[in-house]
Amino acid sequence: MSYFSDIYKGIKTLLTGMSVTGKYFLTSRKGAITQQYPDNRATLKMFDRFRGEVIMPHNENNEHRCTGCQKCEIICPNGTIEIIWDRGIDEETGKKKKKIDQFVYHLSMCTMCALCIDVCPTDAIIWGQNFENSVYDRTKLTRVLNEPESKLMPGVED
Amino acid sequence: MIETIHNWLYSTMPQGVASIVEMILIALAYLGFFAIAGLFLVLMERKVAAWFQLRIGPNRVGFYGSLQTMADALKLLSKELTGTAKADKFLYNLAPYFVIISALMGLAVFPFTKDIQAFDINIGIFFLIAISSIGVIGILLGGWASNNKFALIGAMRSGVQAISYELSIGLSLLTMILITGSLQLSEIVEVQKNGWLIIQGHIPAIIAFMIYMIAGTAETNRAPFDMVEAESELGAGFHTEYSGMKFAYFFLAEFINMFIIAAIATTVFFGAWLSPFGITESIPWLGVFWFLGKTLVLIFLMMWFRWTFPRLRIDQLLTLEWKYLLPINLVNIVIMALIVWLNLTIKF
Ligand code: SF4
Ligand code: SF4
Repeated sequence: MSYFSDIYKGIKTLLTGMSVTGKYFLTSRKGAITQQYPDNRATLKMFDRFRGEVIMPHNENNEHRCTGCQKCEIICPNGTIEIIWDRGIDEETGKKKKKIDQFVYHLSMCTMCALCIDVCPTDAIIWGQNFENSVYDRTKLTRVLNEPESKLMPGVED
Repeated sequence: MIETIHNWLYSTMPQGVASIVEMILIALAYLGFFAIAGLFLVLMERKVAAWFQLRIGPNRVGFYGSLQTMADALKLLSKELTGTAKADKFLYNLAPYFVIISALMGLAVFPFTKDIQAFDINIGIFFLIAISSIGVIGILLGGWASNNKFALIGAMRSGVQAISYELSIGLSLLTMILITGSLQLSEIVEVQKNGWLIIQGHIPAIIAFMIYMIAGTAETNRAPFDMVEAESELGAGFHTEYSGMKFAYFFLAEFINMFIIAAIATTVFFGAWLSPFGITESIPWLGVFWFLGKTLVLIFLMMWFRWTFPRLRIDQLLTLEWKYLLPINLVNIVIMALIVWLNLTIKF
């Protein structure tokens, strides 16, 4: 008896599939997912979870949230991140304290695995939405993420 | 118009010359149709595929991509014809012509409208089934002569597939022949003046139609039955080693075969050039429009299959044919015979 129920089930599931694609066919004019890329370069926006490159956001006073703990440097499987740090005098307490000098990021080595972003205790680095990463000279792929003269945002370490 | 050309030819030339000239003219007309239909169907396939997958499809060349296939054909024409060093040159070059000529020959017998039918033989349906099997020889030759393992596997699969699904095509058409009582295509259309055969034969006719569409998709080697090409396993199957225009022949023939399968279904199940309820009976040339319209709808159905269903494995393919389609088909023929015998057909 399963012979006939198999046939019935087969036809039913095939028709279900056809109705799904049929609906797509009718609505595709409005809901097409294709991006006409070079034409809509100005308006094209990536989706939320897009991993373009690692960036370090700064606020309007040129302050970032990186304490220089080097957790990201240690966890990165490819050695993509190099933190050049220094000891400076903290203005408030007058003690010697670790701070970053240059946060060097080699985009050419990054696999976009997000381990560094997950591990950062102060959320200093996030994913950028830049999708045009090609350059003519590969040295341009080595970037310093902290802006020159930038400081640690007060209160991050508390 | 065809009448006037015919009369003019016979009045200006001796009989023998006139008939040869007429044949050449008809052949040219069909070749032209063949090329245009092929290009149009490729474009349609790409657009329809895009819409089924929520994409846009070709939209750069010409108005909304309407010249895209033209550009592709030109590109293929200008490409170098490559081949493998150890190929059997003669068979290798012969194969594409086999495929394309058998496709062209099939085209000749269709009644596009009452007067436009190049070749009305009394075994029309039988001729079509026979011709469509010859195309498989071309595929087998191509695969064998290429001297390439992928091509050979593809060709062997095509043989397996053709042997099994030809049965279903033949038997499902035979079911309908029981109603018409004739193999001649013009006769079959004549019978349908009392209602299309799919209505006349009701339940068994619908079953026969479903079997025919499944087997027809398999005959044309289209997904979900694309074991012959099987891009994901065999490169390009039997035409892996073909390039340029020879590849284009295979490609075009596939689309013409799809047209032929749909056109047979139109003729046998949906009343060929007859308009629904005879609404345009007073304007005979509109028959072409109806014929092509119905055929396009059926082609669309096949495209819908292709872009919806997952592919079958080769053993599933054979199971489907030998364990399901064939027994159902045989029972269906008996039912149809009973219905015709007891006069249970629906006629207007
Ligand atoms: S995303 Fe992964 S590879 Fe890239 S810098 Fe972070 S840890 Fe390294
Ligand atoms: S980015 Fe985060 S994890 Fe890396 S050094 Fe700075 S604070 Fe530490």
